Amino acid sequence: MGFLDQIYRDAVLEHARSPRNRGALDPYSVKQEGINPSCGDELVLYLLVRDGVVEDARFAGHGCAISQASASMMTQAVKGRAIAEVETLIAHFKAMIHGKGADPSLGDLVVLEGISKLHARVKCATLAWVTLDAALAAEAAGQRAGQVSVDEGSDGSA
Amino acid sequence: MAIDAAARRGDFPILSRRVHDAPLVYLDSAASAQKPERVLAAVDAFYRGHYANVHRGAHTLSAEATAHYEAARVRVARFLNAPSERSVVFVRNATEGINLVAHAWGRQALHAGDEIVLTVAEHHANLVPWHLLAAERGAVIRGVPLGSDQRVDMEALAAAIGPRTKLVATFHLSNVLGVVNPVARIAELAHAVGALFLVDGAQAAPHLPIDVQALGADAYVFSGHKVGAPSGIGALWVREPLLRDWPPFLGGGEMIRTVEVDRSTYADIPMRFEAGTPAIAEAVGLHAALDYLDDLGLAAIWDHDRALARYAIGRLRALDGVTLYGPEGDDRGGIVPFNVADVHPHDVASALDARGVAVRAGHHCAQPLMRALGVRSTVRASFWLHTTRADIDLLVEAIEEVRDFFGAVA
Repeated sequence: MGFLDQIYRDAVLEHARSPRNRGALDPYSVKQEGINPSCGDELVLYLLVRDGVVEDARFAGHGCAISQASASMMTQAVKGRAIAEVETLIAHFKAMIHGKGADPSLGDLVVLEGISKLHARVKCATLAWVTLDAALAAEAAGQRAGQVSVDEGSDGSA
Repeated sequence: MAIDAAARRGDFPILSRRVHDAPLVYLDSAASAQKPERVLAAVDAFYRGHYANVHRGAHTLSAEATAHYEAARVRVARFLNAPSERSVVFVRNATEGINLVAHAWGRQALHAGDEIVLTVAEHHANLVPWHLLAAERGAVIRGVPLGSDQRVDMEALAAAIGPRTKLVATFHLSNVLGVVNPVARIAELAHAVGALFLVDGAQAAPHLPIDVQALGADAYVFSGHKVGAPSGIGALWVREPLLRDWPPFLGGGEMIRTVEVDRSTYADIPMRFEAGTPAIAEAVGLHAALDYLDDLGLAAIWDHDRALARYAIGRLRALDGVTLYGPEGDDRGGIVPFNVADVHPHDVASALDARGVAVRAGHHCAQPLMRALGVRSTVRASFWLHTTRADIDLLVEAIEEVRDFFGAVA
């Protein structure tokens, strides 16, 4: 498998071509904007949270194949999960994308592991997850909207 | 003498390395230029044989280091055809040069309601310092759009300049569109209302002959790292009578005449603007880089650059699904932005990188220009004196493969 094929796995390209859960969500509990200042890409994540469970998640915005695929797979993975589980998933995803190995609980998301070898593109993959992290924090603080930069958010690289 | 780019490749040690098991094709000189052997050797020899701090110390090494550093200043003045090296200030880069002007000139010359004229095609380095200054001084910024030919709209520029205009600041060679601005004409418009005229020469300096007197600039900045010198050194030139009146920007050692515990007086130009230990070896590297460019001839480099631009534009235009930006003509240098239909520029850049082809992708620190072009970002291939037609052929081949690889990714 060539270098490029390791990054852009078939499943990644498939999600980029046909993203799941794309578009606005109404009603929603929190609407969080995520920005990557180095490229100008932006993501808008909508979450519907009830009784500590992420009942629904959708996203809008503009981005590259990696950021779109990551957001698409993320929304699939978090729907129906308790917030505590989602927080664990975020931590596992960040660990994987920073080359610390893939926890089995990540499931299909392991197709994104190859991006950890492409340092220039790690932020494309983490944008959705940093935005999700910020969205959960906003929701916990009783806020309906927020904005986060992928450079400011905790991306787990420390 | 025409540029023999294939031979010049051998001047740059890094160009012999491989990336992802392919020969490196470096098409990102507009972001930062690679360094010729001559610069590497000059910096190395300086550190090994002459290094010490400058303008202090009575010992031999300090005197030698000072002589090298000041020789670099004279060299920069000659590169710019400046009347004297006294008004050449060493800075970290073009960005710092512009910030120096914003602070030293702007904070005393600009008042509420005064106007600054900028174009939408400026690099963020020639926008954000003015945003900060305008907010502090209550000044107003007037933005000049592009015309339908993707050059600065000169009628709109003339209309934007008025009695309240105190500064006109614009690029010499666009870092995205690759086009030369009619700087001498803009200088006339600025001077007709008594405005200061600053030229951002970051992209022009590596590519074409510069004559600050013929251009009519009051201030001209460029970065060393884009002309083959180390990063961390750049130069600001200001017309001498103006610079002489400006207060310091940064305070500290080297820029003083006398210091009491509660007050100080300041050195004459240019030292007044160089607080602290400067980038000494980097200045020596800049000297070597400018020698290298002048030996090849900037006029010859500019001819080579424009010929490559014509060739690349012709080849890229023939590709299905590739959109090109920027004007064509004799004023177009070797900076070629493009997009590949339905593939995000970062995906294009990663795919090209996998084949050893280094390009930039993104907004190129020119978000207002991206909006004016109706895009969020682009890929950008940029050329220099070591770029060959074969490099461009490899780029074209790689783009064709990218298209096939991503297929219909939306």
